[in-house]
Amino acid sequence: MSNEIAIQPGISGHGVEEHHEAHHHHETFITKYIFSQDHKMIAKQFLITGMIWAIIGGLMSVLFRLQLGYPDLQMPWLEDIFGHWAKDGKITPDFYYALVTMHGTILVFFVLTAGLSGTFANFLIPFQVGARDMASPFINMLSYWFFFAASVILMSSLFVQTGPAAGGWTVYPPLSALGDASQGSKIGMDLWLISLALFVVSSLLGGLNYVSTILNMRTKGMTMTRLPLTIWGLLFTAMLGILSFPVLLSGFILLLFDRHLGTSFYLSDIVLNGTQILPNEGGSPILYQHLFWFLGHPEVYIIILPTMGIVSEVMSVNVRKPIFGYTAMIASLFAIALLSFLVWAHHMFVTGMNPFLGSVFVLLTLLIAVPSAIKVFNWLTTLWRGNIRFTPAMLFCVGFVSMFISGGLTGIWLGNSTLDLHLHDTYFNIAHFHLVMGVAAFMGMFAGVYHWFPKMYGRYMNNTLGYIHFWVTMVCAYVIFWPMHYEGFAGMPRRYFDYMGWESFKQFVELNKVISFAAILSFLVQLTFVFNFFYSIFKGRKVKSTNPWGATTLEWTTPIRPGHGNWPGEIPEVHRWPYDYGKDGREFIPQTEPVGKDESSH
Amino acid sequence: MTWTEYFVIIIVVLIFIVVFQIAKASEYVSVLKGEKKAFQQNNRINAFLMLVFLIVGLGAAWWCNKLLYKKTLLWVPSASDHGEHIDTMMWITLAITGFVFIVTQILLFWFAFRYQASEKRKAYYYPHNNKLELLWTAVPAITLTVLVSFGLYYWFRITGDAPKEAMEVEVTGHQFGWEYRYPGKDGVLGRQNYKLINPAKNNPLGQDWKDAANHDDLHTTELHLVVNKPVKMVIRSQDVIHDVGLPHFRMKMDAVPGIPTTMWFTPKYTTEEMKQKTGNENFVYEISCDQMCGAGHYSMRGVIVVETQAEYDKWIATQKPQYLAANPGGEATPVANATSAAETANDPGKKLVAVQ
Repeated sequence: MSNEIAIQPGISGHGVEEHHEAHHHHETFITKYIFSQDHKMIAKQFLITGMIWAIIGGLMSVLFRLQLGYPDLQMPWLEDIFGHWAKDGKITPDFYYALVTMHGTILVFFVLTAGLSGTFANFLIPFQVGARDMASPFINMLSYWFFFAASVILMSSLFVQTGPAAGGWTVYPPLSALGDASQGSKIGMDLWLISLALFVVSSLLGGLNYVSTILNMRTKGMTMTRLPLTIWGLLFTAMLGILSFPVLLSGFILLLFDRHLGTSFYLSDIVLNGTQILPNEGGSPILYQHLFWFLGHPEVYIIILPTMGIVSEVMSVNVRKPIFGYTAMIASLFAIALLSFLVWAHHMFVTGMNPFLGSVFVLLTLLIAVPSAIKVFNWLTTLWRGNIRFTPAMLFCVGFVSMFISGGLTGIWLGNSTLDLHLHDTYFNIAHFHLVMGVAAFMGMFAGVYHWFPKMYGRYMNNTLGYIHFWVTMVCAYVIFWPMHYEGFAGMPRRYFDYMGWESFKQFVELNKVISFAAILSFLVQLTFVFNFFYSIFKGRKVKSTNPWGATTLEWTTPIRPGHGNWPGEIPEVHRWPYDYGKDGREFIPQTEPVGKDESSH
Repeated sequence: MTWTEYFVIIIVVLIFIVVFQIAKASEYVSVLKGEKKAFQQNNRINAFLMLVFLIVGLGAAWWCNKLLYKKTLLWVPSASDHGEHIDTMMWITLAITGFVFIVTQILLFWFAFRYQASEKRKAYYYPHNNKLELLWTAVPAITLTVLVSFGLYYWFRITGDAPKEAMEVEVTGHQFGWEYRYPGKDGVLGRQNYKLINPAKNNPLGQDWKDAANHDDLHTTELHLVVNKPVKMVIRSQDVIHDVGLPHFRMKMDAVPGIPTTMWFTPKYTTEEMKQKTGNENFVYEISCDQMCGAGHYSMRGVIVVETQAEYDKWIATQKPQYLAANPGGEATPVANATSAAETANDPGKKLVAVQ
């Protein structure tokens, strides 16, 4: 269906409009809103599913922050809702560990990978490269539905008797391999693995589509060096996913074998409870960590690269001047993407890995700081002498850069194995990755949503709510994560249910209360965003011009509410790069405008 | 639910409604005032808040440091020689990253404030500058080379071979506690086989009694170390991955089932000395499990006593080989029979920390 229309309009501008209208009559509710093959609808499906997951994942963090901040507080309503997981109104350790594990899994994979790439790759790639849809709309649809199936299974694992996976989001064996070692390693762990396997399939189907669309379906004149940085970011992201997710899948499958088929890939010399002697010998739990982090590290760039692209694009539009160092931005994206494959073992400095091997990973890890630094300086220079419009999207861009600096610099600490000896798996680490790939990625995502919402729904989101959302989030993020560095300096380990039994860590009781309060507040503020989003879909101020932000890129040459196929007539031809803002005294020059004779070249 | 909880929920909902109404109203106001004027006003407010955030933020960071500094280990001297290297490295890194942090954050928020939209000014078309870009590729690269060099220099010193005179001690983790074994007079830890582990037969570490090196191995409930004497830890796990985390010594090493790991350092201060240095009379060196290991992870605590050689000698003399407890009828001497009861009562095979 979509393929037909995808081919049709290119033939001639004349009469296409008519056909387009006719086409809509054939669409039923199911083909338009559920099994849709339109990239725009699939993007919205990913976004809304991701938002639902984000609320669930965020709510989980509220619950475990309640435990961390107020360990003595009894809340009988918890027992009303969660039954034996919150006996006497107190969260049990099993529940706590299930919560932190699910929080990590949901946020990393279901929100910041699928919710982020799924939304913006689907939405922006065809629009910005000038294509009617993805290379394969059908595979694109499958990608969403595999993600949906993964979501259903993961969700169902929350409701099994023994609870969901509870060994941390990295699910290291042997803990995750042995049902007798932990409640969460029983059926919940199988559901986790199946869900993630489906997730990998979804991610691969999506990724292959994104890459082939970007490489093959660019409109006339859209050379690679005329692509907006969003597309570059999404291209590298998709490539990272394609190359690294299969390795993760293999790791998961071996883990399933160890769990059910009696193999010993990860198991060796194990005695449970002092009495239960297992026959497995010769396996290595470290093997799993290598397989996991071979994805796991590129994964953090899968999360951050799309937002780097979004921020570069949104910033340039709102600063009204070109992104500084376009080529350097692409080169640094490429360098980050390449290096991300060569640094995975920096998560494993203290596993007993050969120190020499560790030193190689130190070198490669700190190398990543160079392209990251280039990006930060380029963003700063982009702001310099701009004419900044603080739309909510722009505010989040500034927030992104701030978070990326704060979280990125502590990466230099943790990537240095000497310091990692002290800081590994402490709150310092939590602060680091939450700032750099949690909050920063969310800020990039919010920037994207606020910026492209008018394109998605033909309406604006409410600005005032956007401002409140931004400022409260910004303040809360720092109040939550900044003091955590200090907890890390005390060596306070992460993933502890309670610190009161520890002479070395119990001095942070008051601080944990403050952090928990800020965490709950920031969760509530995100709800204003959710409310703003859904309210504005139906009641937001209507967009009246096709190009409300005065942007140069192709998506703003489509009608306000583009139909399937995006452009009613021919796909426009591209004549220039996407960052001609403020050139030759002109506010902006769209990509579709031919280069004038007297125009200065950049 | 209690009334207070209902009350909190009602308040939150009301705040939501109020915020929403204000937001909605502001939209109407902007229509009345004219979009352009409303935009300019909002832009000025947000730009101003950027500046406020920068100043208040830097102030808050300073205040946070004041409140929390004394609660960290930053001001307490590292209790091991390796830890001193790590602390030095940390201060070098802090100086560099701290400098970059302050400069870049100031630039970010200052630019945001300074270059807010104004009709009097046009954005400056400035797509690239190769010299600048080269500069901020080269400078970070050089800085990082320095950091890598320092880091690796210390890293190899820390992870290098333990000195020959180092005492050896084995630390074994299991859900959810730690076991310690000393090699005894022969200085050799006897052979182990996990299939021999049997707490009921007084063999919680799976020592192979056929290996004579095991006969004098001491299985203790506490870990005692000698001040200023290097110690090499052989770290094992019986079930899942654990981690020997020693915050005061700034050291950490995973305990991996099937793959023994090692770590060495030299304790510099006795527990008593640390009590004085920290001003905390309850100070103890704690072993924290730093690798998620199950529901009791948070309670997997061990205690290390660092003492003088004399104190240590006195303590170790009171410890009896596990062999005697496990083989009361065998080559046991009369002394062994007398102590086996005490040994059993003290059975380290039991979980150090009970989990609900």
